[in-house]
Amino acid sequence: MEKFSAHIGTAVPLRRSNVDTDQIIPAVFLKRVTRTGFEDGLFSAWREDPEFVLNNPAYAGATVLVAGPEFGTGSSREHAVWALLDYGFRVVISPRYGDIFRGNSLKQGLLTVELPQEAVEQLWDRVEADPAMAVEIDLVAREVRCAGLVWPFALDDFSRWRLLEGLDDIGLTLRHADSISAFETTRPSFGVVVN
Amino acid sequence: MSRTLAQKVWDAHVVAKSEGEPDLLYIDLHLLHEVTSPQAFDGLRLAGRKVRRPDLTIATEDHNTPTDNLLTISDPVSRTQIETLRKNCAEFGVRLHPLGDPIQGVVHVMGPQQGLTQPGMTIVCGDSHTSTHGAFGALAFGIGTSEVEHVLATQTLQQAVPKQMAVTVTGELPADVTAKDLILALITKVGTGGGRGYVVEYRGSAIEKLSMEGRMTVSNMSIEWGAKAGLIAPDETTFAWLEGRPFAPTGAQWDAAVAYWRTLPTDPGAHFDTEVHLDASSLTPFVTWGTNPGQGAPLGDVVPDPESFGTEAERAAARRAVEYMDLRPGTALRDVAVDVVFLGSCTNGRMEDLRLAASVLRGRKVAEGVRMLVVPGSAQVRAEAEEEGLHEIFTAAGAEWRFAGCSMCLGMNPDTLKPGERAASTSNRNFEGRQGKGGRTHLVSPAVAAATAVRGRLSAPADL
Ligand code: SF4
Repeated sequence: MEKFSAHIGTAVPLRRSNVDTDQIIPAVFLKRVTRTGFEDGLFSAWREDPEFVLNNPAYAGATVLVAGPEFGTGSSREHAVWALLDYGFRVVISPRYGDIFRGNSLKQGLLTVELPQEAVEQLWDRVEADPAMAVEIDLVAREVRCAGLVWPFALDDFSRWRLLEGLDDIGLTLRHADSISAFETTRPSFGVVVN
Repeated sequence: MSRTLAQKVWDAHVVAKSEGEPDLLYIDLHLLHEVTSPQAFDGLRLAGRKVRRPDLTIATEDHNTPTDNLLTISDPVSRTQIETLRKNCAEFGVRLHPLGDPIQGVVHVMGPQQGLTQPGMTIVCGDSHTSTHGAFGALAFGIGTSEVEHVLATQTLQQAVPKQMAVTVTGELPADVTAKDLILALITKVGTGGGRGYVVEYRGSAIEKLSMEGRMTVSNMSIEWGAKAGLIAPDETTFAWLEGRPFAPTGAQWDAAVAYWRTLPTDPGAHFDTEVHLDASSLTPFVTWGTNPGQGAPLGDVVPDPESFGTEAERAAARRAVEYMDLRPGTALRDVAVDVVFLGSCTNGRMEDLRLAASVLRGRKVAEGVRMLVVPGSAQVRAEAEEEGLHEIFTAAGAEWRFAGCSMCLGMNPDTLKPGERAASTSNRNFEGRQGKGGRTHLVSPAVAAATAVRGRLSAPADL
């Protein structure tokens, strides 16, 4: 995973709530066995509508997605995170996320920031008024800043540290290899074994 | 100290605990399928890692498989994905139940049916409906592909301690009202984000009276209201269901296991951070009208007026939903005509579901112009149903009797809705386009599905 400490970019206002993972990337794109190239699947049904916000040239090149509450609910498909990253997004801002999506995003280095609904609405208004406005997301200070406004956001220390250092989870866990082996000797004898 | 069921299972699996870090939990069973595993196996290969515990890992094919035959996967991309799973399982020594195998099926139907799912276990799968296995008192939840790779490599997961919620369902479900109606009504009450951050325990008299199938239906949809997992305390119903299944312990091991399982239920006085109450006796058949599982209503109601919702976000979502669903506020839900009825999925593709639907369809016909697909949740469900002659009832009624798989639940295989088609579906998600681009989904119980097939409009058996 790439290190993430701060990001400055322009934003897209996605004025929708309950943007589920089936909308972020429909199931037909999940048949692939590779890890890259999912940008074509991102919001693919909605992108057929010329009025859809991602089709608005004013927001071309934006790297921050600002969405309504319950973003990323639904399936566990990490493809949703890959699609957002492959398309060029580095940060999503929403009042609330689906849990599995949030976990997946933080593992992949897509920063999912939680801001209150009022902040999201202010961001929507400002970005719509000025699509070229820069939005700054500072992970060190845990703040979102734009046009002189500052919103602090919460992120647990462990997730933040992993993002800042760009750490690989499996490597982190393998520090505990001895504990894993020790634990395995204590498992009950009636436990399921499939082979 | 008094602990909840979930806390006991959690505590029994902590491998390492460090200040300021998530707990490292041991995973007892890892279920795999073709869609969320290829990139995880690739990751292992790249890092030169092995599957740490192939003996705690099992795979099946379900999302992409055809249900009209067992031999030909016509879509080359789907075929490649299935073949990739087969290659990966062979290379890494993982047991696989492929298409055509007598045990193959939707991963959350197959696992419990084989007795792989047992109380007190930690179970994960790269699939959000892993919550299903919570019905046995297991801590079971869905994970993403990075975590699939993590579990393959280490047999553990880093997990932050969740909050605890109790959902107490008192009273008794009226006749014709099922576990599906119960969970749909609950989600409409609490909203799609209501369970976020929580491990939930469903309890109370109405839950205790449910069969294992009914409990699985409830636990299955935990994720639809955002809960991390949905557990139900193991009891005599659980033990009776498990005994004699292929992977269940036997002899002295069975006795030891049951003795342990009896220690798992929540202690009196254990603390829940939040509690929700529901009275089962007040419930009626329940269906969804919108595009998330929290947009539901009793079948006897009308399509709601979006302007009647409390917040602007809800109003906007409801406006969008009725437009997408092509519904007019005020229309009686019983007047909504459907094109397709789908009976199946990990929510309602088990024997009890098929029996219930067959009892409604016996001696009746699927309405003119309505297509009904009956897709057993696993090859074994299909075989058992055929033994009971259920398939004859379905085919005599004019329904299609298919092979096992996820099928129209998510429309990854050729079983999809056409744009504009409307389905009554026993699955768990009514998202836009979930069952096929432009398709419209009403979530229903198996009883409502069968009655709807007969009347051609959303209906309960009492309407026939
Ligand atoms: S039946 Fe549907 S919900 Fe269940 S695992 Fe398959 S696709 Fe997912």
